[in-house]
Amino acid sequence: MMKFRFRRQGTDPQREKIKQELFAFNKTVEHGFPHQPSALAFDPKLQLMAIGTKSGAIKVYGAPGVEFTGLHKDTTAVTQINFLPGQGRLLSLLDDNTIHLWDYNCSITPPPFLLLPSATRVTVLLLLKSCDLLCIGTEGGGVYFLQLPCLSLKDNQTLLQDQVTKSLPDDYRCGKSLGPVESLQEHPQQSGKILIGYSRGLVVLWDLSTRYADQLFLGKQQLESLVWERTGNLFVSSHNDGGYSVWPVTSSNTYNHQPVTSTIPYDDEWMDKLLLSVPCSSSPVLLYSGGMPRASYGDRHCLTIQQDKEHITLDFTSRVIDFFTIQSPEPEKEFDDPSALVVLLEEELVVIDLQSPGWPSLPTPYLAPLHSSAITCSCHISSVPPKLWERLVNAGKAQHGLQQTHRSWPISGGKNLALPSKQQELLLTGHEDGTVRFWDASGVALTPLYKLSTANVFHTDCDPSDDPQDPSDDPDMQQEEEWPPFRKVGCFDPYSDDPRLGIQKISLCKYSNKLVVAGTAGQVIVLGLSDERSDHLVDVSVVDLLQDREGFTWKGHDRLEPRLKPAPFAPGFQPLVLVQCLPPASVTAVALHAEWNLIAFGTSHGFGLFDYHRRNTVLARCTLHPNDSLAMEGPLSRVKSLKKSLRQSFRRIRKSRVSGKKRTINTPTSKVQEANAALAEQEEVAPVQRRIEPRSADDSLSGVVRCLCFADTFLRDGTHHGPTLWAGTNSGSVYAYALEVPCVGSGRVSDRGGASESSVCVEAVLGKEIQLMHRAPVVSICVLDGRGKPLPDPYEASQDLAIAPDMTNAHSVLIASEEQLKVFSLPKVSAKTKFKLTAHEGCRVRKVALVVFSSAAQEDYSEHTLVCLTNLGDMHLFNIPGLRPQVRYDCIRKEDISGIASCVFTKNGQGGENGLILLKIKYCFYLISPSEYERFSLSAKVVTEPLFSVQLDRLLEPTPKHTSASNTLCSTLAGQTEEPPSSLSSPNLDTPLDSPLSCADLTLDSTGELTVEDVRDFLTTVDEAENNLKNIKEEEGHTTGILIN
Amino acid sequence: PQLMNRTDKKNRHILLLQFEAEYRRFALKRNSPGDFQEFYRLLQTIHHIPGVDVLLGYADVHGDLLPINNDDNFLKAVSLASPLLRIIISKKEDEPGVFATNSLQRRKKGLGLTGLRTTVSGSAHSKNKPGLMIGLPQNFRQISSIIDVDILPETHRRVRLHKHGTNKPLGFYIRDGVSVRVTPQGVEKVPGVFISRLVRGGLAESTGLLGVNDEILEVNGIDVTGKSLDQVTDMMVANSHNLIVTVKPANQRNNVVHRGSKTSVGNCGSVGSVGSTGSTLSHDSPSPASQSNPITASFNYSNASNSIAEGDSDNEDDDRDLILENDCLTPFDSHHITNTSLSDNSTTMSTLNGNTASSSHENMREDGNIITL
Repeated sequence: MMKFRFRRQGTDPQREKIKQELFAFNKTVEHGFPHQPSALAFDPKLQLMAIGTKSGAIKVYGAPGVEFTGLHKDTTAVTQINFLPGQGRLLSLLDDNTIHLWDYNCSITPPPFLLLPSATRVTVLLLLKSCDLLCIGTEGGGVYFLQLPCLSLKDNQTLLQDQVTKSLPDDYRCGKSLGPVESLQEHPQQSGKILIGYSRGLVVLWDLSTRYADQLFLGKQQLESLVWERTGNLFVSSHNDGGYSVWPVTSSNTYNHQPVTSTIPYDDEWMDKLLLSVPCSSSPVLLYSGGMPRASYGDRHCLTIQQDKEHITLDFTSRVIDFFTIQSPEPEKEFDDPSALVVLLEEELVVIDLQSPGWPSLPTPYLAPLHSSAITCSCHISSVPPKLWERLVNAGKAQHGLQQTHRSWPISGGKNLALPSKQQELLLTGHEDGTVRFWDASGVALTPLYKLSTANVFHTDCDPSDDPQDPSDDPDMQQEEEWPPFRKVGCFDPYSDDPRLGIQKISLCKYSNKLVVAGTAGQVIVLGLSDERSDHLVDVSVVDLLQDREGFTWKGHDRLEPRLKPAPFAPGFQPLVLVQCLPPASVTAVALHAEWNLIAFGTSHGFGLFDYHRRNTVLARCTLHPNDSLAMEGPLSRVKSLKKSLRQSFRRIRKSRVSGKKRTINTPTSKVQEANAALAEQEEVAPVQRRIEPRSADDSLSGVVRCLCFADTFLRDGTHHGPTLWAGTNSGSVYAYALEVPCVGSGRVSDRGGASESSVCVEAVLGKEIQLMHRAPVVSICVLDGRGKPLPDPYEASQDLAIAPDMTNAHSVLIASEEQLKVFSLPKVSAKTKFKLTAHEGCRVRKVALVVFSSAAQEDYSEHTLVCLTNLGDMHLFNIPGLRPQVRYDCIRKEDISGIASCVFTKNGQGGENGLILLKIKYCFYLISPSEYERFSLSAKVVTEPLFSVQLDRLLEPTPKHTSASNTLCSTLAGQTEEPPSSLSSPNLDTPLDSPLSCADLTLDSTGELTVEDVRDFLTTVDEAENNLKNIKEEEGHTTGILIN
Repeated sequence: PQLMNRTDKKNRHILLLQFEAEYRRFALKRNSPGDFQEFYRLLQTIHHIPGVDVLLGYADVHGDLLPINNDDNFLKAVSLASPLLRIIISKKEDEPGVFATNSLQRRKKGLGLTGLRTTVSGSAHSKNKPGLMIGLPQNFRQISSIIDVDILPETHRRVRLHKHGTNKPLGFYIRDGVSVRVTPQGVEKVPGVFISRLVRGGLAESTGLLGVNDEILEVNGIDVTGKSLDQVTDMMVANSHNLIVTVKPANQRNNVVHRGSKTSVGNCGSVGSVGSTGSTLSHDSPSPASQSNPITASFNYSNASNSIAEGDSDNEDDDRDLILENDCLTPFDSHHITNTSLSDNSTTMSTLNGNTASSSHENMREDGNIITL
């Protein structure tokens, strides 16, 4: 009937095998700070911290490199997390009233859960120290008890409110309910006794064994939280009036009417949470969040630390979610001895060192707030030369050496077993505030190295040097006058002084240490690395990309004003040249060739070529189509969207009228009917239409330069190669320029003889102009050498860092547009191969990269592959230059447009001994939410994954062996439920940790896809090549005793 | 030099030769006329002009001069002999306009008027009319066709839109919708993509082969089931130079019906009204029913019925890119280079040599897209 119209590749088994050895898709690590954290917990025994998010994820962190993730089945906010200390288990309470038990051993296992009757909403959880009983406080005021780990309700133990009310004095009772349970705290010394705090203010010390209230504390203020003092002789309650009270616990009297002391530190604001911690040999440290006078500081996010007369109010830029102190876990000790305070904020994690004087903050080795200013672009550099790395690290140390202490990271659970990576990887993020941050992306954790600010190249409104006041003593003065004593903590600062400073494109040459940074206002800055501080004036050049075209008026923002006076530049990357494009539209493409001292840059109006060595403009070319009016509107243009939004709002009005009518009719009917009506309405509304029209030359923004590339290739004829510049635009035009670079090009030098250096300038001649007939935007251009391999980066060939390109056979150029991939021959441009991706799949190319994949089986086998990310979020792999499809992976949800747009491919690898490129990395980063990077690996060989062990002090139940990773999920679950709970309910707390029977080392995986058994099975699978076996041996040597026998 | 042949209605054919005003008459067996190549060679031997490239044309029942250049229109021509078939032979160099109506003085005829005219030659009528030119087959621009009638179910229609250089927009919009499918389990509602609007004066409307609410089943041979509206849009835009859509027409009355029900197909949509736009409709089906329209049906059999999209793109290369090369770019001549630096791109681009210019010309003609420099 329907015809099979397109030829498909036959499946060659040999080729399929090679493909399997080359490509494998894995989600590996998530970098950065979790989006919307909602809960925090700490395991003092294992020294692990857990963070829950609003999307139902739980992330556990220990020592740097130790991290793993679990995801609840449904994306419900995690409201509370409780560790079962030392057991490698944790309990999570979700917003939908379910309680989940997690086991690190099988971190993905959807844990057994219990759904409480929805009427009694869970407010607090308390896990007893014995870890066998979970107390649940509810909104209705009842306290329920669950047996662990089976999570079964102890029916007869349930403590309902009327049991408590019976024992209350009449004058206190006054007929009202006690309100929801606000706090549950176990007695620090006497097990089996818990403190129950009700919202109305009543606090009860309940004995679980006798099921009788030991003591009642008749508080009159609405209660927020309770905390025990270590000895159990007193506890502190915090209240909604911003005060706290200290209550004595003496066994003598049953009723306590008055607290010992009652303090309201500030005026009248809510106090959310209060902690009390007693360091040895000094007075207790009191910590509380909130409590600020509402009128003056109601908008601040504060946490106060008080000890004797020392008093600091930490002023955060985002909301405080929760906090805890790290202190000595042994209950026998006299003092808590708090070492650090860990505060989870909505946008970052702050750790305060409580042992050093002045309570300084500690730098975090993970959970870096990538988004401290909005990320506008990112760039990945692999196999960074050690020299550059070292200089960057030093520059970074100099930057914040003064501010922070050098104490070791207090959260130290687990042992990182990952080998230090053989090569250094750098991730550069450009931010809205004009900064470029350099991150160490070599390992599992993304750690900040160095921060570069480009704002000081310009003269901005908030320029510190403009201020006549001395900035050094002014804030101090203010601080002394101010009470409470605020201290700004954290680095999350989403507000940009000037949006024009935003970084749009970054290019770094790792061999010459030249960096090009291009921004929103058409600024292109060339920077060089220097270890010395320097005061110098930056050279400024202006390039007019319009080339005197008539009839265009730029309506967008002005260009940034360059600073006229010399500015001080700290060690690190220091600006050398500033090129400003006119009109000052955002830079859309940038290319750097450090060997030729050239930069190319493009905007929506055209592109330019600049020689930063001689400081002169070589070329400026306007790419505007005469009909393109939108290009001149600038970023603030609303021409299109206004029309659209008007139409939408009219539609909305019409719709709301319709629905309004319906609602009045349907008022008495049920919700279901209403929902049905709403559904029906949706169908009534005119559906979205799409116009089918070929792209035309005068489509809006057709002149946007999408990509630029330098190449040493054959453009003039088939026998002489030389420098070339390629530019591709939004309307499918490709311009190829032949460059005349002095002293570059074979044989050219001798011809010129002694032409004086200074007089010879770089020249550019238009060689070819290709108009792709389908007019789709050109996403990428890449020149392939005679063997069909991409040309090496600048310096790689001349410095013998890469295999030299084949200059004997004809080159070709790969042009990837949004719709097609095409390889053209050079120098006579004619199409050789092509693949019409859009015509076949209906998806459009978003990002393209040429990557080398090494085989996991054969040591010396690698293939160059074109990786192509589409607007549907899937990844297509093609061989080059044949452009035959190899594999396709679903990578990103197609709705995640910003995730797709922010995707970065890593492309370069590490040179082997003989100059062959053996190892190349194939991850790509993409921003999963504004604050996180997710890392993928497409390679079957190189995977950045966490590898570590955590010592548990409980017997590990035997889990059935599994043969493949795919079926572990269910069988692990089965294995767990088969276990008699009795054997688990009594953890061997007393067994020494080094006992071979009781201690279990676990290899955990942050992706949470494999249990420990799977890892072993995976590694020892017979199908796996011998190569892998070798790896295991190495690992075994590294992690002795990791396997449980 | 023109040759005219006449064939008989009966099984013997008479030939009349006109060579430099000379006619020849010969006979052919009607039920086994052979193929076009045979006929071509036959003519060459009859006229003693072996090796001379000639163009063949015939006069159809309406008096229009139509070409014979493949098996299909040859068979068609033979089938139309009543009783004679006039065949006009001209040398290939005598172009263009060989098949224009004014080359046959007696057959001046506007395409749009065919319905009104009879087969009688009317040279007297059309003297004052500007004679409509009928170009050579390759000069004809096909704008649409129904293809693969033989392999598609009757309820479906595969339409090919050729957007060659017309300024006309393709002119249609698509939308999401719900399609009702009959399955063994009963009637099932599945999401589908439909034509939502035709732009007036657009290509889609002027062909009359697509209509509002037609469901789109395939785009250039690729099933659109499970694809989103945006995906289908992208596929269509990517194929817009040679768009083949398989639709299930909302109006099922104008369907092409297979062999045996000839009567119902007399109107075959609104194709006839498109004559003024120069549109042609070719049914690549051997079925006589498909050749319902005498003007348009038998023209330009560009594709065998089993031609596939892949083959099309290989042969025609529907999107050949325009490549301009700079001749001033000689490797060792620095004078040239300095002459054409920077901003004078326009001059650089205009100095094309004849070769490139002609090749780009070719591109333009084939692709029909004129790119202004």
